Amino acid sequence: MSAALLIDFGSTYTKLRAVDLGRARLIGTGQGPSTVATDITVGLKAALQDLEQRIGELPAFRHRLASSSAGGGLRMVTVGLVRELTAEAARQAALGAGARLVGTFAYEITGADTKKLTELAPDIILLAGGTDGGNRDVLIANARTLAGSSLQCPIIVAGNRVAADDVQAILDGAGKPVMVTENVMPEFGELNIEPAREAIRQVFIDRIVHAKGIDRALEMFDQVLMPTPAAVLEGARLLAEGCRGHDGLGPLLVVDVGGATTDIHSVCSGEPTQAGAVRRGLPEPHVKRTVEGDLGMRHNATSILEAAGIEAIAADAGLSAARLATLVQRAHEEIEWLPQSSEEHAVDHALARAAVRLAVRRHAGTTETVYTVTGPVSVQRGKDLGDVGSVIGTGGALAYSTKPGEILAMALADPKEPLSLRPANARLLLDREYLLYACGLLAAVEPKAALTLALQHIRPLGQEEQHGQSSIL
Amino acid sequence: MNAAAPHSPRTLVTGVIGSDTHIVGNRILSMALEKAGYKVVTLGALTPAAAFVKSAVETAADGIMISSLYGQGELDCRGFRELCIEAGLADILIYVGGNLVVGKQPWGEVEHRFLDMGFDRAFPPGTRTDEIITALDRDFKARADATRSPGTAKP
Repeated sequence: MSAALLIDFGSTYTKLRAVDLGRARLIGTGQGPSTVATDITVGLKAALQDLEQRIGELPAFRHRLASSSAGGGLRMVTVGLVRELTAEAARQAALGAGARLVGTFAYEITGADTKKLTELAPDIILLAGGTDGGNRDVLIANARTLAGSSLQCPIIVAGNRVAADDVQAILDGAGKPVMVTENVMPEFGELNIEPAREAIRQVFIDRIVHAKGIDRALEMFDQVLMPTPAAVLEGARLLAEGCRGHDGLGPLLVVDVGGATTDIHSVCSGEPTQAGAVRRGLPEPHVKRTVEGDLGMRHNATSILEAAGIEAIAADAGLSAARLATLVQRAHEEIEWLPQSSEEHAVDHALARAAVRLAVRRHAGTTETVYTVTGPVSVQRGKDLGDVGSVIGTGGALAYSTKPGEILAMALADPKEPLSLRPANARLLLDREYLLYACGLLAAVEPKAALTLALQHIRPLGQEEQHGQSSIL
Repeated sequence: MNAAAPHSPRTLVTGVIGSDTHIVGNRILSMALEKAGYKVVTLGALTPAAAFVKSAVETAADGIMISSLYGQGELDCRGFRELCIEAGLADILIYVGGNLVVGKQPWGEVEHRFLDMGFDRAFPPGTRTDEIITALDRDFKARADATRSPGTAKP
């Protein structure tokens, strides 16, 4: 049997997925603690033992690929010129590369900004600013400021091409690790984030993997390919677009409800589905990821209450506001807490529903009617998700839920919010075995097997609920 | 703006301000400007005042060319120079043209009003693109001369 091992060095667990490449089926899963802070091999060995207990003697793996979100994830800071333009393009590039965005700066970095930036201790800084041939002064000034700071992390320059040589010389001269790539916005209103994404991935592989001590386990696997969120994004891209000779599912949305954040990935053009609508604002990436730092089932459970309103969630859970507040406080404090009673299940259910509704609402574009002398015009900002055909749920909150369909349905368009451009007629699917990251990793070496694996295991919810858990385990 | 690259073409931002969808005249102007050797950043119809200024910052534009055809131009353009000053573009060249006001008003008065608002030039309906390009060339040359020999040229 030809098999692959896909590893996720997570922040809490080290997770394994063993895949039969010939049949494109999951053989089994294994889990160990996350031990990146001490010795990463300990957690990996424990996970391998766990896998062996479940499936018997381990096969000789043809591929052993890993992703990582351990050690706080890939902490990034982005710097741009105008907040809505190059600063936003830089943000999109970092998010698309699977980074955990800890800070974003625009215009010239001040002394106070530099202090804050140093305290944020990023793994990588993405420095943008100016279209090609456009403003160069701010980019150069920011390079000088970074050169004069105590920061030692790699700096990726993706700004005005005309200023790039000067910026490189300034940062080189100060002994900062620097890498120059294409501008994230070469022309006004043109988004070019793929080169910056690739540069971030390269720096991640070349430097960050070592800096975080992940390469200590290198003899136990082949390579760390990317941060885990990037692997999920690659999985989503593969599932939507398919691979040579094999169709994917078409435009789709992935909803990942986690303990600290809720991530939304969309793979679709986002073009208006409404005839005659005019798009405004920056063009949107075809493959887009947003991260909601205030919507997490444990670390940020209390901020879900703040964002959605305690009364609304209490009503959804069928509890009093006071009782809900008490239970949510506990979820927030004990991040390993698992719901036991029906009351506690109701709280988790309502929190997840609120997180999905808010996160997809923020990810989706909006439409508004502007009245002009020639009549009303629809103006669209952001992506129209109207033609998204599949909404895929992943992450613990959905995988372990008894009613995942009710949570995932919150991603769909709501007649009460007609201005929010959410999926109108999408079917709901569940990644119950947490395979999307594994498919994203496997796509780098065996795209056809990765696609078949995803199509076989990520199942429509109605079907799954009828037949029970349809896995070969 | 582009002090470091004086040989590169000058950059102009064009667009139709406010809730105005009349794009044709602005598109003709943009094409004529490109043909005349300018680098043109086209924002199109329905462009808020702030979007002109922000794109001018990012592209280090030398001038902003605003069209308005629906009679609300005066309202939409109020405070535009101040917005530029706020964004660090105090000296950027700004032109405005089109049906700038409601009803029949003498052009001299309308022009005066817009120049008072801080626009470098205002153009009535029916202006030919050559006229605008001639004015631009003249204004940019005057500015270049002023920077070359400071103190001798009157602003």
